[in-house]
Amino acid sequence: MTPEEEAEYRKLQKSRNKVLGLVLMFFVLLFYAITIVRMGD
Amino acid sequence: MHTDSMTQATTIQLPADWRDFFALTKPRVMSLVIFTGLCGLLAAPGTINPVIGFTAILCIALGAGGAAALNQWWEADLDGGMKRTASRPLPDGRLARGDALSFGILLSAASVMIMGLAVHWLAAIILAVSIFYYAVIYTIWLKPRTPQNIVIGGGAGAFPPMIGWVAVTGEITLMPVLLFAIIFFWTPPHFWALALFVKTDYAKVGIPMMPVVAGERATRQQILIYSVILLVVAAAPWLVGGTGAIYGGLAVALSLAFLVLSIPVATRAAGEGDEMKPEKRLFAFSILYLFALFAALVIDRIAYAQGLLG
Repeated sequence: MTPEEEAEYRKLQKSRNKVLGLVLMFFVLLFYAITIVRMGD
Repeated sequence: MHTDSMTQATTIQLPADWRDFFALTKPRVMSLVIFTGLCGLLAAPGTINPVIGFTAILCIALGAGGAAALNQWWEADLDGGMKRTASRPLPDGRLARGDALSFGILLSAASVMIMGLAVHWLAAIILAVSIFYYAVIYTIWLKPRTPQNIVIGGGAGAFPPMIGWVAVTGEITLMPVLLFAIIFFWTPPHFWALALFVKTDYAKVGIPMMPVVAGERATRQQILIYSVILLVVAAAPWLVGGTGAIYGGLAVALSLAFLVLSIPVATRAAGEGDEMKPEKRLFAFSILYLFALFAALVIDRIAYAQGLLG
């Protein structure tokens, strides 16, 4: 892997991890909200 | 496929862009799925907590995305052979096939599980059936085998309002079945109108689309037949007393307009260099029709709930 290729690799990896992190955070909040609502039922 | 395995190998080495995963879910198709699902949920009698309602719609969208990913995983070779779809992530080699399969299964399984745990298990079961119906019965089994594939595929798109409705009520009654029937009978004339003016290369990859197999004349006649059925089916929720007159009036008016627009499509024959104006007009109206019809359903429900009428 050339340095350019490695830089591209890292860039893609980073953007994918960022999106995955956001998705996970969203689900943490969603499940928290669902739990609170369900406890009130 | 194997001739460019060298280039594919180097492309796949890079981690796939998240946008390619997103594209696998067919986001444009999803807007109609979300809208009809939401309308089913809002039109159903009863109330649902906004968080749970949001979760239900999210699950419908995730399930549709999962089914779309599985569809593209299965059809990667076909997609590569057609101009319209050749640049999708899989045939273009931007995404590994196995990744698409895992992504599709993950989304499908997660959507059904969350729907069941957070909303309602009956809604989750219907969601699971709809994913199986689209990914297996339609994509793998019937689409390559019968020119009625669009009629059958329409069934897959018809589930969202039913799921939305059942998420609120927890039971399958006549009304959600009628909402299913509306989209089921709307899909063939909607798609065939498009198929008449967009020369696709389905024939090249061996998919038996109606205009190719049965000819243009038969397709045009079918469009008219379905438009007549649609008039009856769209009015049915009002006729059986499931909705009020706001929906009834709008449904009849919209469906009559649909029928009137389909008559020139059914009765004419297009020659060389034809601009296909009636077909394009019917297709454009068909999209507006479905949005307006489901919006009417919700407006009708809200108006009666607020005591504005009756």
